[in-house]
Amino acid sequence: MTESTPVIEMRHIVKKFGDFAANDDINLQVQQGEIHALLGENGAGKSTLMNILTGLLQPTSGEIIINGQPVTVDSPSKSDALGIGMVHQHFMLIDAFTVTENIILGSEVTKGLSLDTKSAAKKIKALSEKYGLQVDPYAKIADISVGQQQRVEILKTLYRGADILIFDEPTAVLTPQEIDELITILHNLAKEGKSIVLITHKLDEIRAAADTVTVIRAGQSIKTFPVAGVSSQELADLMVGREVSFKTEKAAAKTGATVLKMADLEVHDARGVTVVKDFSLEVKSGEIVGIAGIDGNGQTELIQAITGLTKVQAGHVLLQGKEVTNKRPRQITEAGVGHIPEDRLRFGMEVDMTLSENLALQTYYKAPLSKNGVLQTDEMDKLANKLVEEFDVRAAGIQVTAGSMSGGNQQKAVIARELNRDNELIIAAQPTRGLDVGAIEYIHQRLIAQRNAGKAVLVVSFELDEILNLSDRIAVINAGKIVGIVDAKDTNKQELGLLMTGMSLSDARAALKEEVDA
Amino acid sequence: MAAQKNSFSVALFSVLFGLIIGAVIMLIFGYNPISGYTALLGSAFGSTQDIGSVLTQMTPLILTALGFTVAQTAGFFNIGLSGQALAGWVGAVWYALSFPNMPVYLMLPSALIIGAGLGALAGAIPGWLRAQFGASEVIVTIMMNYILLFLGNNILQNTMSKGIKVSAETTKQVGANASLQMKWLTDLTQGSSISAGIFISVFMIFVVWFVMKKTTLGFEIRAVGLNSDAAKYAGMSAKRNAVIAMAISGGLAGLAGTIEGLGNYLNFFTQNGSPSIGFDGMAVALLGGGSYLGVLAAAAIFSVLKIGGLGMPMSSGVPFELVDIVTASIIFFVGASYLIKLIQKRVKAMDDKAARASQDKKAVKAAADSNKNSKGGE
Repeated sequence: MTESTPVIEMRHIVKKFGDFAANDDINLQVQQGEIHALLGENGAGKSTLMNILTGLLQPTSGEIIINGQPVTVDSPSKSDALGIGMVHQHFMLIDAFTVTENIILGSEVTKGLSLDTKSAAKKIKALSEKYGLQVDPYAKIADISVGQQQRVEILKTLYRGADILIFDEPTAVLTPQEIDELITILHNLAKEGKSIVLITHKLDEIRAAADTVTVIRAGQSIKTFPVAGVSSQELADLMVGREVSFKTEKAAAKTGATVLKMADLEVHDARGVTVVKDFSLEVKSGEIVGIAGIDGNGQTELIQAITGLTKVQAGHVLLQGKEVTNKRPRQITEAGVGHIPEDRLRFGMEVDMTLSENLALQTYYKAPLSKNGVLQTDEMDKLANKLVEEFDVRAAGIQVTAGSMSGGNQQKAVIARELNRDNELIIAAQPTRGLDVGAIEYIHQRLIAQRNAGKAVLVVSFELDEILNLSDRIAVINAGKIVGIVDAKDTNKQELGLLMTGMSLSDARAALKEEVDA
Repeated sequence: MAAQKNSFSVALFSVLFGLIIGAVIMLIFGYNPISGYTALLGSAFGSTQDIGSVLTQMTPLILTALGFTVAQTAGFFNIGLSGQALAGWVGAVWYALSFPNMPVYLMLPSALIIGAGLGALAGAIPGWLRAQFGASEVIVTIMMNYILLFLGNNILQNTMSKGIKVSAETTKQVGANASLQMKWLTDLTQGSSISAGIFISVFMIFVVWFVMKKTTLGFEIRAVGLNSDAAKYAGMSAKRNAVIAMAISGGLAGLAGTIEGLGNYLNFFTQNGSPSIGFDGMAVALLGGGSYLGVLAAAAIFSVLKIGGLGMPMSSGVPFELVDIVTASIIFFVGASYLIKLIQKRVKAMDDKAARASQDKKAVKAAADSNKNSKGGE
């Protein structure tokens, strides 16, 4: 390993979008053969920095030095030529093509008029053996697993002669086992002299994979240091810029009257299959009830049925004693329900409309946001500015489209809109999916504050940590039915895990007791 | 803002390329493009009558283009503008002829409302079918164009009383109480068929802009068109907005037809095919790039070509068909706006490249060298 010249050096990189500086004086040095993690919250400027390195964006100022030579990376093909390759979070592969065809796409070798796939396949085979990237060069993309598809993306960059590989949130789509395999691959690549930049906000993976980490916060590089011996807590604190607690403290619940009552609910999915059956649950004011369960056990349809987005086939939904079964979404919203939907891009926002318009999405038709059917844009902007301030939504102004914002800030905007309306019931489905620890902590605090203010909160999550951290009571759902309702302080992950598979509470407790005894 | 500017330059390039293609084709067929285009401009702007004709041509195109844009905003492709215009035309003329003695201040507003209303109804039907049953509005509106075309002809030939017709194929002219033509305008333009319709059209640009951008109704239509799931989540009714958006779209087309009837032709006569204002309106909307002011400019360009083209055969011998080729080329380049954006990008890249080329060559070479070295070391 040569320590003298870094492979990549980015000096004082500034990138401004209007008045907003996405990168504000970032310095980055990557040595040859190292795995260098780029750690930062959503919207901290990691992706912008890498887009500059790969030629998709041009820096406002600053220098890029590759192998000791100052360069201008003004197009992706230029970055290819410099030996920089990017493995995207969302794969750019054609399903109907084979592995080989996908890899050579754009740099096809021809023999006369026909494609020379054979020699390409041979080269790919050699590459995959060298780096431990097992894939069949002749398999179709549609037929291989997500983990293998990612290997194809890695091979694509290697095939083009990349010596610097950038991985953008590579584990977001992988199973735990595939994550372990990826980390082995990363180590292999580094051992063979490749330099790797790993963009992530997952602390455990950094500790498992990276040699060095550079922390980026609010567009600035905060610190670069070796990973060995650093705890997750230290990384999290540096990333967020203050002490982060993984566990949100909360006082004992002071419950009041029942706000939401679901009785014997039956709900069908889009194909008419019964996915929720005989579902009864109450949520009282001042408590958080968590619904735990494996994805696809009826949670999505249950929430849609309560909020009027899908039909209740049988049973009743009562809100503060009043029947709201099969009422229209607006009637339910106006009865005092705030809904943070599971899929914020599909249901939670209009990605092509502005942040200001999105923050008015539930109240645009009421005074003061409109008068006699005419929108009062000044009032809308006033509300937007207030919410952006209060909920720390970071964006380049309130007139940007919601789709251009980072995931964490989109979610904060949805939460701002839903919590601002002073509702009696808050329904939060997957409120922190895909967010970093800082945003998760913030959202958890907000939900607990609602509970402490005497609101009823219903949380659906596939993350047991989240359920345990937030809930006062936990209802476990399996195949659309409640398997058990437990107090959060009397249960643990193991017990919930067993319940989620459909085991009854008494069986689960017996099984766990046996284990302890044994 | 940037997108707006970009679509403007795309439109400009489309027109330019269309004219160039037209010139090339004129050359191929042995005509002189300069005298051809001189004749075109001369016929469009040569006299106040010509300008009057251009404005007359623009009037319905602005309205049908607005109609198309509204439907598109809600996520619909309204191909039925022709039929909806026809519904307004037949209805308004029939109504005007049925009440020849109604005072003008009652007749004109009510005739305009009836014409627009019939168009709105013709638009709302496919909107409702789509909302209720998921029937493709593209197919329904195409079929309704035929239904309305032959229904209109049938009403003219078999239902209207003999008293309001001059022949089986043509109605009488509407009376002064129902005419949108204004004496001072007619005189100013040496007897062109321009009418107050042009003021209505331009005013409607403002009205539609206001409704779509500044009212809760427009907010809902945009939200439903962009993401109907999020709109439903926010308590909007996708069905209701589908019907309303298609009704507004059809209403604007109906108004276009009404103005053709009461302002331009002053009668109704047997139609051999769906009126071209519907399809031309779609082209104008596309050329306008979805912007409301763009619609005005696009309608003007389109009308100059149409009216100017009429004069080309007489003064330069270029056949009228060539004008259609130019118009079609322009629309083609609007459709191929991707191509134009690509060319713009290439030109810009070439400028930048020249400046940086020397410095970068060195860097790439250095990178390659160092890669070689590091591989050798292992």
